[in-house]
This record gives sequence, C-alpha cells and structure tokens, in this order.
Amino acid sequence: MSPRPYLRDAYVRDAVVIGAATGVFGMAFGVLAATTGLTVPQTMAMSLLVFTGASQFAAVGVIGAGGGEPAALGSALLLAARNGFYGIALAQHLRSVLWRRVLGSQLIIDESTALSLAQEDSEDRPGAFWAGGLAVFFFWNLGTVVGAVGGDAIGDPEALGLDAAFPAGFIALAAPAFGHRRGVVAAAVGAAIAVAATPFVRPGLPILFAAAGALVALAVPESTGDGPAPSAPVAPGQDPA
Amino acid sequence: MSWTSILVLAGGAYLFKALGLLVFGPALAGGGRSGTETETEPAIGWPLRLGQLLPPALLAALVVSQTVVTGTELVLDARLAGVLAGAVAVWRRAPFWLVLVIAAAVTAGIRAVGG
Repeated sequence: MSPRPYLRDAYVRDAVVIGAATGVFGMAFGVLAATTGLTVPQTMAMSLLVFTGASQFAAVGVIGAGGGEPAALGSALLLAARNGFYGIALAQHLRSVLWRRVLGSQLIIDESTALSLAQEDSEDRPGAFWAGGLAVFFFWNLGTVVGAVGGDAIGDPEALGLDAAFPAGFIALAAPAFGHRRGVVAAAVGAAIAVAATPFVRPGLPILFAAAGALVALAVPESTGDGPAPSAPVAPGQDPA
Repeated sequence: MSWTSILVLAGGAYLFKALGLLVFGPALAGGGRSGTETETEPAIGWPLRLGQLLPPALLAALVVSQTVVTGTELVLDARLAGVLAGAVAVWRRAPFWLVLVIAAAVTAGIRAVGG
C-alpha cells in the first residue's frame, strides 16, 4: 500500500502533454469559429459547455461550408454520442460521490478516457481521468480564447503535423490492451469496421459502429499464453446505407 | 450560429456523457444499484469485460479515422507516415511525449517538402 508517487507523476505528466497539444487545436477552433461568424462569447461557450472537440469542429465546419444549423447540430451530436460509450467504460472506475460524477461527466472525452483506461493499475484510473480531463479542459479553453481573440496570428496546426500527433498518442495509450488476444481482436475489428463504414455514413458514426469490435472480441477465447496474436477476422462491410 | 443551437448542442453533448457514466455504465457494471453491497466483484460479468474491450475497439477506430480519413473519404497523406513512425516509437517503448513529437515532426516534414 505504498503511495507510488512515481506512477502518479507519470500520468500527470502525460495529462499535461496531451492537454498542451489539444490547446493548439483549441486555438485552431477559436480561429475557425471567429471566421465563421461566432462571437467571442459564443466561441468560448462552445468550448466550455460543449467541450468535445470533434463535435465543435463539425458544427462550425458545417456552418462554414454553408450548411444549416440543423445539419450542424446533427453531425455534432452524432460525434458526441461516442462519449456515452466512454462513460459506460469509465463507470466501473469512477465511483466517487454523485456530485463529482455529475461534474466529471463533462470531462468525458477521447483524451481523458484514453489516459484513464490506459493505466494498467485500475487504482490509477480515476486519478488519470481527472488529470487528463482537467488538463485538456484548461488548455482547450485557454487555446479557444487565444484563437478567438488573436485570430490569424496563430500558425496552422496542421503545418506543425499536430493532427498526426493525436492518433499516434492514442496508439501509445491503447498499447497495453495489445498485450492480450482479445484486446488485439477488439482493436483490429474496430479499425476494420471504421474503415469499411467511412465512405457510407456521416463522420463520427464509424467510430460508434466500431464498438461492435468489442462484441466480436468477447467471443474470442481468452489467451492463456503469450502466443502470437491471430490474424484478426476482417469485418465485412458495415454499410447500413 | 445561434445561442439556441449552441445550448442545444451543449445539453445534448452533456446528456450523452452523463447517460453513459451515471445511468448505463453503473447499470451494466454494478448488476443493479439496488443490489447488495459488494466491495469485491465476485465474478467479472460480461458487461464488465465488454467495458474493458470497448476502449481498444473505439481507440483503434479513432486512430484510423484521424489517420486515413478526411470527411467520408479514405485519404492516404502525410498523416499516415507520421502515425506509422509514432507506432514504431510505441513499439520501441519510446516515452509518450517522444511518440507525439516523432509523429508530428514526420508529418510536418513531409508537408514542408511535398506540400
């Protein structure tokens, strides 16, 4: 029952790194929202109250592309639905008093979920969730204000390659799950479903469909040794269209 | 964008998060909140195992969606090279920050050279 300060330091440091990276995208969101016609208070309200980056970009992007507000809301809400799955996965680890979970719900996003569930010791998962969620919340909103007010003085985050840093970071966070066969199958099937569904449905939905990868993995026998992972079954085209 | 839309989006986004964490998650993992108090889970039920397998499935989908997808099209561009370089770094057990730096640097480098 030692306090294990080093491990705690590790996830706090990871949280700050992730947070700082999202801050740059927060700036990009602020700039985009401003050019789309949102006022500074509206832009800040998006990042404070909606607080799920992909949905915010989608909403503003649809408006910017000439779409109506219902279309903007629709795609943004579809993207936001995956946070519900994250909440389900997190529920077994976040068992604090109700008011904290009511507040913590707002922090359920890609990054906080990934950082939390990546902790091999389940005792670290609540702390990692809060560290990741609060760090991203702070930097994302800071970046949003800077972008909304500062405008075009900010460089292009894509020129810095930051859009590739996020998925690479998610691979690092998912790596522990690759240590067992079911985790590998879940990831492989999830990725295959996402790729297969992409051309046929709205952005955001492929990630929801990928949850079926976990169901498939559930049917796979638990790995007893550390034998090579079987080649994952290729998911057939999931085209509900 | 109207304030109404922003508030509807905010409410909807929060609702998804809270439904997962406060309603469906506990119902699936706890075997009912009105049940007897058990400090240690007697057996890991399928909902709990499913909960453990959802993250790799969703994370992997997120990775491919952010790496080879633009809108609704599959696009192979500088992101893929950067993410693959990052994956190699993960495999070689590089620290987390270095994984991010390698992926960003490779992608930025390719864009700087090739556009």
